[in-house]
Amino acid sequence: MSVESQDLNLCANDKRGKHQLGAGAGLVGWDEVTQGIVLTSFDGDASDIAHKKAEERNYSEFNSYTASVASWRVQKPVFNRDICIDCQNCWVWCPDTSIISRDKQMLGIDYDHCKGCEVCVEVCPTNPKSLLMFNEHADLDESLAAWPEKKKKEKK
Amino acid sequence: MAITSIKNLKEFSTNNDRFEGAHTLCPGCAHSMIVRELMNCTDDNLVIASNTGCLEVSTAVYPFTSWDTSWIHIGFENAATAVTAAQVMHKVRKKKGNLKDNDAPVKFVAFGGDGSTFDIGFQWLSGAMERQHDFTYICLDNENYANTGGQRSSATPVGATTSTSVAGTHSYGKKEKKKDIVAIMAAHGSPYVAQLAPNKWKSMAKGFQKALETEGPCFINTVSPCCTEWKFDPKDTVGLADLATDSLMFPIYEIVNGHELNILYRPKNPIPVEEYMAAQGRYKHLFKPEYRHIIDQVQADVDKTWEMLQRREEARI
Repeated sequence: MSVESQDLNLCANDKRGKHQLGAGAGLVGWDEVTQGIVLTSFDGDASDIAHKKAEERNYSEFNSYTASVASWRVQKPVFNRDICIDCQNCWVWCPDTSIISRDKQMLGIDYDHCKGCEVCVEVCPTNPKSLLMFNEHADLDESLAAWPEKKKKEKK
Repeated sequence: MAITSIKNLKEFSTNNDRFEGAHTLCPGCAHSMIVRELMNCTDDNLVIASNTGCLEVSTAVYPFTSWDTSWIHIGFENAATAVTAAQVMHKVRKKKGNLKDNDAPVKFVAFGGDGSTFDIGFQWLSGAMERQHDFTYICLDNENYANTGGQRSSATPVGATTSTSVAGTHSYGKKEKKKDIVAIMAAHGSPYVAQLAPNKWKSMAKGFQKALETEGPCFINTVSPCCTEWKFDPKDTVGLADLATDSLMFPIYEIVNGHELNILYRPKNPIPVEEYMAAQGRYKHLFKPEYRHIIDQVQADVDKTWEMLQRREEARI
């Protein structure tokens, strides 16, 4: 099975996952916040966002796209392009907008926003699954090399 | 209105998400699946209001927002009021012609959890429905106050243990039945009400599109399996929604103009509610022999409701 190395910053805006959640420098405390806070999701013109892909958008510092929840994960999903049939089940059910799909093709996983819930693995219909969970610190290429073989259907 | 294609998942997936990651909802939460399905079913501008609840606290963690649309939060109960006020303002400004883009289509949507829909925000929702504003209210029904530690709400079903209806030697959990919120909203004279589930993405996206297209107040109750309070493994969220729809605990149907009831999903072989209950920790105690009658009672209620829905679909009254 030939396996290509995966680009971890696939289709990523250069602002993706820069910040950690929680209090940071320069934030005011809860008792200093004035009533009625307005946060802007984008810098500059925000019209027609529905027709812009993430990499074309001008996210502001307040958009949670610029934050990361990667530290929540214990296990991470690994994607195997060779088996995927682009059914997009993982895309529609991913709760964290972490499946990167462009032009009807599943490209990979956004590891800045994935929380490792394993929903994508559960809904993957291929045999063997084209998404599997591996240890957070596992090497991607090694994980792909250790992919299980196709399982035969058990006769009832 | 510019609706996007939902012919198949591949077409659906060409939409650009307007709900960003790094919100703090639990891993495997169905709330964000529902929100994403809504926001991807149209490319119109959206104005969204949220009641206090899991969705609100998790998507607006200072200093971040996960919404790429206009979004407002005011109080626990008044998303329906806030969004209808925005809708009226938009209508007036459009008439005066002083909007930045006067012709851009805008849709108004309110989100609430079951606590803020069935209990706390009920009066506000009822008022907004009665005033016939053009908006869509979506209830994310996870059957308890999950944000504050899983207290019982009036959406909690019979027999479920919650932190304020604890099962033990003297109790089998909640004793009261769940409110039929869909029927209540249909009785308000709403042009479109529905109950939908995120695992049936197509009927869900179709329902959302219908609700957004329909002029007038629309209500949609959505099933949102809660891995934290229903006590199941986060990876099984979609499977749990499958069990909920296949066991008819959550029948998928719509009511148009208050009387035309259409069943949108008919399981070929409905599974017993026992199977749905066995998959969750909150019903564990019901499998003791002394509480067996509760499962039978829930099954009888579910059968009765299904019979009622089928008859209403035939009768068209």
